[in-house]
Amino acid sequence: MSFLDLKNVTKIYPNGTKAVHETSLSVEEGEFMVFVGPSGCGKSTLLRMVAGLEDITEGDINLDGKLINEVDPSERDVAMVFQNYALYPHMNVYNNLAYGLKNRGIDKETIEQKVNDAAKLLQISDYLQRKPSMLSGGQRQRVAMGRAIVRNPKIFLFDEPLSNLDAKLRIQMRLEIKKLQQKVGVTSIFVTHDQVEAMTLADRLAVINNGIIEQLGTPIEIYDNPKSLFVAGFIGSPQMNFLDGNIKNKTLSAEGFEIKDIDSDFEGEVKLGIRPEHLSQSENSLINLKVDLVEQLGSDNLVYGQLKDKKDFCYRCPGNLTIEKGADLSLNIENNKYYIFDKSTGKRVN
Amino acid sequence: MKIKPLQIIAHIILILGVLLMVVPIWISFASSSHDSVTILTEGMKFHIGDQLARNYNEVLNEKGGWSEEVTAAKMFINSFIMALGIATLKVVISAMSAYALVYYRFKLAVPIFWLIFITLLVPLEVRIFPSYKIVSDLGLTNSYTGLILPLVASATATFFFRQFYKTIPDELLESAKLDGANAWSFFIDFLVPLSKTMIAAMFIFMFVYGYSQYLWPLIMTTAEEYWTVVMGMKIIYTESYEGVALPRTAERFAYIILSMIPPVLVVVFLQKWFIKGLIQTEK
Repeated sequence: MSFLDLKNVTKIYPNGTKAVHETSLSVEEGEFMVFVGPSGCGKSTLLRMVAGLEDITEGDINLDGKLINEVDPSERDVAMVFQNYALYPHMNVYNNLAYGLKNRGIDKETIEQKVNDAAKLLQISDYLQRKPSMLSGGQRQRVAMGRAIVRNPKIFLFDEPLSNLDAKLRIQMRLEIKKLQQKVGVTSIFVTHDQVEAMTLADRLAVINNGIIEQLGTPIEIYDNPKSLFVAGFIGSPQMNFLDGNIKNKTLSAEGFEIKDIDSDFEGEVKLGIRPEHLSQSENSLINLKVDLVEQLGSDNLVYGQLKDKKDFCYRCPGNLTIEKGADLSLNIENNKYYIFDKSTGKRVN
Repeated sequence: MKIKPLQIIAHIILILGVLLMVVPIWISFASSSHDSVTILTEGMKFHIGDQLARNYNEVLNEKGGWSEEVTAAKMFINSFIMALGIATLKVVISAMSAYALVYYRFKLAVPIFWLIFITLLVPLEVRIFPSYKIVSDLGLTNSYTGLILPLVASATATFFFRQFYKTIPDELLESAKLDGANAWSFFIDFLVPLSKTMIAAMFIFMFVYGYSQYLWPLIMTTAEEYWTVVMGMKIIYTESYEGVALPRTAERFAYIILSMIPPVLVVVFLQKWFIKGLIQTEK
């Protein structure tokens, strides 16, 4: 049995909404697991069930070999960082950090030492006497993490902690969280709707949709090998292009082009997925793109345009290529990196 | 700095308001420093006279009532105890019942809240006979407990605390839970400090409410040692009709001025918190 084990966990709210469907998942000790999915997909509910803030309708949750279904949140030895930090507004930073330790009946000297160590680690030693209202967003974030670290819990739970920060700070804190997790080595679960955050932080990530884990794996596995239409569309920025097509006798015909000898026995209606970054300009073209708009990011250009059938399409090329608006581009798929999904079930078929 | 006409008008209105509030008090105070005869013959005074110490001394220490035992000083103490008890218990009980209503999500929380709220329609004066019957059956007439207890439940304060607790984000409770806080420590460590400005404001209102109670103590007390200031006010006014010579007008004014002091003190000491509660939210 692994460190944290979820077995057929289901959550049904009193009003009948099924937020989580029979989800099973295990997290190894020291692992950084990320739950990613659109809002309302059940990822936060799953996290809150681990924390003990939501009742479990069905299934079992084991932490460190102990069934914790009925264990009170305060007894679970988990720490959580909330989206709005939930710092205690009337206590200064020191007491924010010390509160959990005081409740555990730890003596004053030990508390002081632990708080100071955590403050040092997070570089908030200078603010210990301040109230949270006097801190900036990044500092509050650090205090929230400090409150989690200082208790030395079995598991860290992060509920979209970066979503209240501005873009630059978010990237900086993302790095710090990752570094900190590696330094402290605590098992962590991080919930986010931001796929970039998910990709950069995760040892493994779980893509969740409608209360079901669509796919579980390392970020690269999921990027390279999406198992379903949803995962393919959700992971990757800009989004994967999807085209309607039809397979007959191992030949995929889409609007305006055909791909022969595909690696699938599937026949029927499909969706063809091509990532914008897996395209290149070439003579023997497959796809013709009429350029509407070019976004220059410096390192890359994002080229938006339409195919023959007026379908929107995106192509990502190196930033040193100059592409004019209104140009016609001939594009080819690099190394046959395309994904085919059953149109009715959304399952990958190649 | 240029003064706009609008500002002048605004200030005039404010000054008039201040005068309207302050002048009667000043007249009372000034008149309380004269001889009763002077006031009766010359009318109320705007300047301080030479009888200040004598009048106040007399009012505070003269024994009155049928038993000739109760003094104004004793009545002040009674009123203070009653108001303090009512205000403190009202705040404590309201805060705790609001806590139960907001955080313990039992099914009847909303109906119970409305039931409490409806009691606003039934003030003590309306239910005074049943209340008296209960207190009297409990043997609490002529006691501080009897004076205080029937007045300690407050729908108003419960309502205000409830509204305030509802604005406290759920994450705070959840975070505290994960930090090992139980129901009691969440109340003491979080809700009480977060609502201290609210508590101060409620305390002021309830103190003044308790201090100015008239009918209840009147019915409740037969022993003069439990008389309160407001009852005394009536006595000092009626005294002259039954009595001897001249109405003791100066002493009456002195009594009025003295009776204002306790609530004013409470407001002065708590106003720092009170204003803080109005201008800043610490959430």
